[in-house]
Amino acid sequence: MKRQDIQCDSQGQLRHFLTIEGHKRETLTQILDTAENFITVGNQPVKKVPLLRGKTIVNLFFESSTRTRTTFELAAKRLSADVLNVNISTSSTSKGESLLDMLHNLEAMHCDMFVVRHEQSGAAHFIAQHVAPHISIINAGDGRHAHPTQAMLDVFTIRRHKPDFTALRVAIVGDLMHSRVARSQIHALNTLGVPEVRAIGPCTLIPPYLQQMGVHVYNDVREGLKDVDVVIMLRLQRERMDGALLPSELEYFQTYGLTQEKLALAKPDAIVMHPGPINRGVEIESSVADGPQSVILEQVSNGIAVRMAVMSVVLGRKPSGEEGEA
Amino acid sequence: MAGNLQSLLDSRHISDPAIIGIHTGGAWIAEQIHQQLRPEQPLGTLNITFYRDDFTRIGLHPQVEPSNLPFSVDDRHIVLVDDVLHTGRTIRAAMNEIFDYGRPASIILAVLVERSGRELPVCAEVAGERLNLAAHQHVKLTGPDPLVLLIQESK
Repeated sequence: MKRQDIQCDSQGQLRHFLTIEGHKRETLTQILDTAENFITVGNQPVKKVPLLRGKTIVNLFFESSTRTRTTFELAAKRLSADVLNVNISTSSTSKGESLLDMLHNLEAMHCDMFVVRHEQSGAAHFIAQHVAPHISIINAGDGRHAHPTQAMLDVFTIRRHKPDFTALRVAIVGDLMHSRVARSQIHALNTLGVPEVRAIGPCTLIPPYLQQMGVHVYNDVREGLKDVDVVIMLRLQRERMDGALLPSELEYFQTYGLTQEKLALAKPDAIVMHPGPINRGVEIESSVADGPQSVILEQVSNGIAVRMAVMSVVLGRKPSGEEGEA
Repeated sequence: MAGNLQSLLDSRHISDPAIIGIHTGGAWIAEQIHQQLRPEQPLGTLNITFYRDDFTRIGLHPQVEPSNLPFSVDDRHIVLVDDVLHTGRTIRAAMNEIFDYGRPASIILAVLVERSGRELPVCAEVAGERLNLAAHQHVKLTGPDPLVLLIQESK
């Protein structure tokens, strides 16, 4: 079975959101358009809509992440869903219960959606293949494989500043080797019609398969940043580096870190993004991270709206055989 | 319709109402009423997609423009405008959404067409037309230019 097949039901409606791969442009656009409407919810005095009232969403985080878990939790609560946060390190899996037994117990509690984060690539797919038919899975990051909601919030943020994807030149800078975010971003940008995606970094942090994905690879940051519309900086994932892939953080910053001087090579209205958390003085200079071209905090706000959109599109599948009321 | 609404507002001594149209047809009608009455407040629009009571049965509807209420709802007299009042469920959803923005002083419901088939205790105080239709008949407004009202038979 192809991996993307599991994501949609027999009518082509989104059932799980595990990866960007395999989705049509229309599906991604539907999520982006829905998110646009959810932006206003965050500005209301009552920051809540009743859409998922009565639904139960479980955050299954096998790998710690305060920011991502918090935005998923807030997104679910703004949709009026009930939310459970299962702390895996203290759960019964550490008492010897198997993962599948734990999932079946959560199913028996009449949950509707699992948001899964795991350090192993493919974990969300594995869970999606074994859950009951009424349960949907959202991948909140698995190993080096995918982080589709982060990619969607990134392209959503880009679209709010630069609506025409077909006229964009986007640079992704840094540790692409270990980045599930970058993989998902590249798939999303390609699907949405961005004509030129550049990967910029040292040879040791650029995976060989990028050129097959249509990405232009640059080892010279100054060359790569020339005339780009969007600069996406990636976090240096020190915890995922087994060997000495870099001489030192200082040298990395001097060579690849985004400074005012390097940013000046991009288009004057270029925006600067970072999925966070930022290592200031390693990937990016503080004056750039906090500067007028930075949209890093917008990404955080947009992350809630985009996750609300993904949850509501997935749980809002029309049951087969029913037509909408006029 | 605008004249009847103005008379009602005058009888209640409401001089500064806020007009809110429900996407999509209600927003078209509200825009015309707003141009005729010229209230101080800018026009507001509501997208009730996320407040519908049938989400779990029919899924997410195609998206339209997001809600835009460019004024404070608190203690304000609201004129809520829709194209067709049928079951009453859309109006219920719209009022739920308005109350998430604040506590209005009052809400007047004005519709282009009030038709039979109510499922909730909702009625319009101003209606351009009142129609008795069979369950299989539907009223549809197309627009925005020109605005055309159609009565269709369901298949």
